[in-house]
Amino acid sequence: MDKYLVSPNPHVHAAVSTRSLMRDVVIALLPALAVSVVFYGWKELLVIAVSVASCVCIEYAITRWLLGKPSTTGDLSAVVTGLLLAMNLPSTTPWWVVFIGALVSIGVAKMTFGGLGQNVFNPAITGRVFLLISFPTYMTHWEMPAGLFGADAVSGPTLLGRVNEQGAAAVEGLDCWQTLFVNVGGSAGEISALALLAGFVYLLCRRVVKPWIPLSIFATVALVAGIFHLADPAVYTGPVFNLVTGGLILGACFMATDYVTSPMSTAGGIVYGCGIGLIVTMIRYFGSYPEGVSFAILIMNMAVPLIDRAFHQKKYGRT
Amino acid sequence: MAKVTFKIGGVHPDDAKLSRGCAIEVLPLPQTLYVSMAQHLGAPAVPCVAVGDKVKTGQVIAEPGGFISAFVHSPASGTVKSVGPRRDLAGNGVTHIEIAVEGDEWVEGVDLSEALVKEIPQDRTAMLDRIKVCGVVGLGGATFPTHVKLNPPPGSKAECLIINGAECEPYLTSDFRVMLERADEVVVGAAIMRRILGDCPCVIAIEENKPEAVKSVSGAVSALGYEGISVLTLKKKYPQGGEKQLIDAVMRRQVKSGALPISVGAVVQNVTTTLAVYEAVQKNRPLISNVLTVTGDCLPVESQRNFLFRIGMPLNYIAGYAGGVPGDAAKIVSGGPMMGKAVADMDAATVKGSSSILYLSESLTRRKPESACIRCGRCADACPMGLEPFLLNRLRKAGDLSGLEAGSVQDCIECGCCLYSCPANIPLLDHIRMAKGQVMGIIRERAAKARAAAEAVSPKEVTKENK
Amino acid sequence: MQTTIIWTIVILTILGLLLALVLYFIAKRFKVEEDPRIDEVEKVLPGANCGGCGFAGCRAFADAAVKAPNLDNNYCPVGGDEVMKKVADILGYEIKAKAPMVAVLRCNGSCDNRPFTNEYDGALSCRVKAALYCGDTACPFGCLGCGDCVDACQFGALSMDRNTGLPVIDESRCTACGACVKACPKKIIELRAKGPRGMRVYVDCVNRDKGAVARKACSAACIGCGKCVKVCPHDAINVEANLAYIDFTKCKLCKKCVVECPTGAIHAVNFPILKAKEENNG
Repeated sequence: MDKYLVSPNPHVHAAVSTRSLMRDVVIALLPALAVSVVFYGWKELLVIAVSVASCVCIEYAITRWLLGKPSTTGDLSAVVTGLLLAMNLPSTTPWWVVFIGALVSIGVAKMTFGGLGQNVFNPAITGRVFLLISFPTYMTHWEMPAGLFGADAVSGPTLLGRVNEQGAAAVEGLDCWQTLFVNVGGSAGEISALALLAGFVYLLCRRVVKPWIPLSIFATVALVAGIFHLADPAVYTGPVFNLVTGGLILGACFMATDYVTSPMSTAGGIVYGCGIGLIVTMIRYFGSYPEGVSFAILIMNMAVPLIDRAFHQKKYGRT
Repeated sequence: MAKVTFKIGGVHPDDAKLSRGCAIEVLPLPQTLYVSMAQHLGAPAVPCVAVGDKVKTGQVIAEPGGFISAFVHSPASGTVKSVGPRRDLAGNGVTHIEIAVEGDEWVEGVDLSEALVKEIPQDRTAMLDRIKVCGVVGLGGATFPTHVKLNPPPGSKAECLIINGAECEPYLTSDFRVMLERADEVVVGAAIMRRILGDCPCVIAIEENKPEAVKSVSGAVSALGYEGISVLTLKKKYPQGGEKQLIDAVMRRQVKSGALPISVGAVVQNVTTTLAVYEAVQKNRPLISNVLTVTGDCLPVESQRNFLFRIGMPLNYIAGYAGGVPGDAAKIVSGGPMMGKAVADMDAATVKGSSSILYLSESLTRRKPESACIRCGRCADACPMGLEPFLLNRLRKAGDLSGLEAGSVQDCIECGCCLYSCPANIPLLDHIRMAKGQVMGIIRERAAKARAAAEAVSPKEVTKENK
Repeated sequence: MQTTIIWTIVILTILGLLLALVLYFIAKRFKVEEDPRIDEVEKVLPGANCGGCGFAGCRAFADAAVKAPNLDNNYCPVGGDEVMKKVADILGYEIKAKAPMVAVLRCNGSCDNRPFTNEYDGALSCRVKAALYCGDTACPFGCLGCGDCVDACQFGALSMDRNTGLPVIDESRCTACGACVKACPKKIIELRAKGPRGMRVYVDCVNRDKGAVARKACSAACIGCGKCVKVCPHDAINVEANLAYIDFTKCKLCKKCVVECPTGAIHAVNFPILKAKEENNG
């Protein structure tokens, strides 16, 4: 080189980029995706493929043709949104419903706010909630796992759905630990808590996320559910049941920890997590919906700017 | 002993101390030396020689231009060829004295022997004066005049002298080699500064990635038998060598914003400064040389060097002596890769504080395109001052100066951790440094106004206080 | 069912009326008395809030103008004489006519004239670059090319020319608010009299290095030779620190200096094309 570079310090950079972080999230989601494909077969694969492909294509179309800017799909954030959206949908969702979900996720929740980093609400959850409200039949119709590429599957409500209709008695005698490995009906993200946790441990090891938000969500859910369960075990389900069922683990580990829509400080993260945990249990116990993780995260997303204002890093020499 | 480190933030860059095995070599003198008048923090020195004057090695050629300033000495014997502006490594014009080298004939009264002088003089003022006259400045980076730092203002007392051997910057090995090869002198220098500061305890702090240095300095401490000097091993973390971070690591105290380290009883001096203090006090040798590492990721290990250079040697002379600039070097840095200055002009001369010539390859150093902030908070996690660079950058964009001040932008130590760790490659530090300058200006202006107002109200009381 | 609807309507109406009353009294109680002329003045101002007048915005300017004893220190460079006349009419002041000004870039260090000596790799900001070092060419005075002035301009009058690496000023849009002058860390942009039909003569360089050094850094640099000073019949040019400067209040646009300049650093713009050809030949 005949002309040397000149820049302010620092002159080296850590081997980390938006793309590498997103790639790690994709890798962390793989075990859970694999389990869901094994249980739901090609239908699930189709949902995942449609979701990811539509998210990426929609983002590309909006950035390139609507905004006339260079495409940002290379950062893989659209892939992550697509995967998370797919994991929140039943395997029986028709492809066009998945596409509408992707359109809302990327087009409405992400790009209208200015793209990655600007959105207030988690895109995947926004898409999912939109579908839940618009197409309740598709969204609450769960197919019972029938094995890889199995023929006729039985359909019915999820565990939480049953609890919502009949109270805690509906799941009496259920071995909660069993659901850690395979859940009884649900979306891809609800089927195997263990696979999700394995992915989350990977994220922790790679230092992509910090554990405080999920831990505070779990702690709050366990605490609140414990109190209610002690008060009236016949009506309110116990803490362990609440922790391992539904989308709590997926939501806490992968959706609530979304950088863009979560607080930046550790203390703020704990407040945010506690808020989510509280709202989840309230919706599950008293709401008309059987599951409330999505709503809880969306509600707390709104509080993030306030939390960020209230909680700051501990500064050096200023106590 | 338990290893310690500072509490807030920090990053772990690959330390790449490739030149650690290279013993310090003495560079021969070039034909011409260019001695800068701005080699230290504070006012530039004022030349006191004229064109055509004959000078000897170690002779004073420039005097301090203010209270915070330093003497500059001739690095060789010869003739003054010119006094005038010349470009420094940033390409800005700075007054230099050009000396045509004729030899290395020292001024009288300098002890040139290698023998270790163990006996420490008793007279504190005389020692301080020696340090001042010999032009010793902090060689850890800031080049703050050492005699000012060793003379705490009345009312404050040094409780701990910290000798900074952290050398937390990747690649650099000059401090390491000094600790390895000149451990005895460093320890005597530490004992001298301890005496000047009123016999306060002294800690020589060394990062764990330099076990040989820990061994060699510990050996020297026990062999020389001075009281109150101990060696402390630190965990490896950047920016451990930052003054405030080191005080936190060693003393578990934090310097308040805007205050000097002495406010918590700390005085921090670099190991090479300590060596310079030894040479000044015990040998009457002015600071005209320092150790510099020639290294980099694109320089083969066998071409890497640690040199003892004289100030005023042009960078390209040193680079040429060491075998030339490697072909795939994309950036040349003077100093470490985290805080060093990129060299815009290789004709620039070395100064007292020069610590390296670092060749970085394009893949390592070229900045990647900036993308949107994803609010990951890595910059805030990395900031050793506990600031929130993402927030400061946003406030800067909005031009919110009071918000920036509330966000403590003025506390930024410009260590580069935020930009280093940003996955979106946002030039956080570049912008924050500008904002810091603006806010510091406002703070200074306000302080000046407050002082003027106080003087206007009660001029008598103020004069009394001054007395 | 019907009663529910009626009750709802009744309650909401009462509530609305009550709240309206509360708002009315609060507005009355905490009303800030303001000179109505501030509003009037603000209305005739351009409303760009550019800060070119030295105030925080048009409202602040209007406020200051109303309170000031005359308009000598308050001038809206964007609106120019036309707007200031309206302001003066409202306030009953007299104003002196000012010559229209325009921002002029005083650097011709294009990529061709001024070769790069290194490659800048920091944040794309002139301020950052200027604080770091002398710039990516051998001329430490000239344009840094990061476009801080373009960002500062609120009227879209500035744009970067990719071929030259220099900003271009669109005279028809420039309002001489001075935002670019303030934004430029190298102080290259100057507000100069627009001149009759836009005709101006100026030194397109700010390099204060010695002639040989300046020439080596940039082929279009002013080398401070002083030929222009000798040839100027109006005593409008002086050379200070190796740099010529044309005082636009004295310049009579005779263009003798343009022909004389050995490096072509003196530019004449907006002259009729015929004469421009002559200039090229000379």
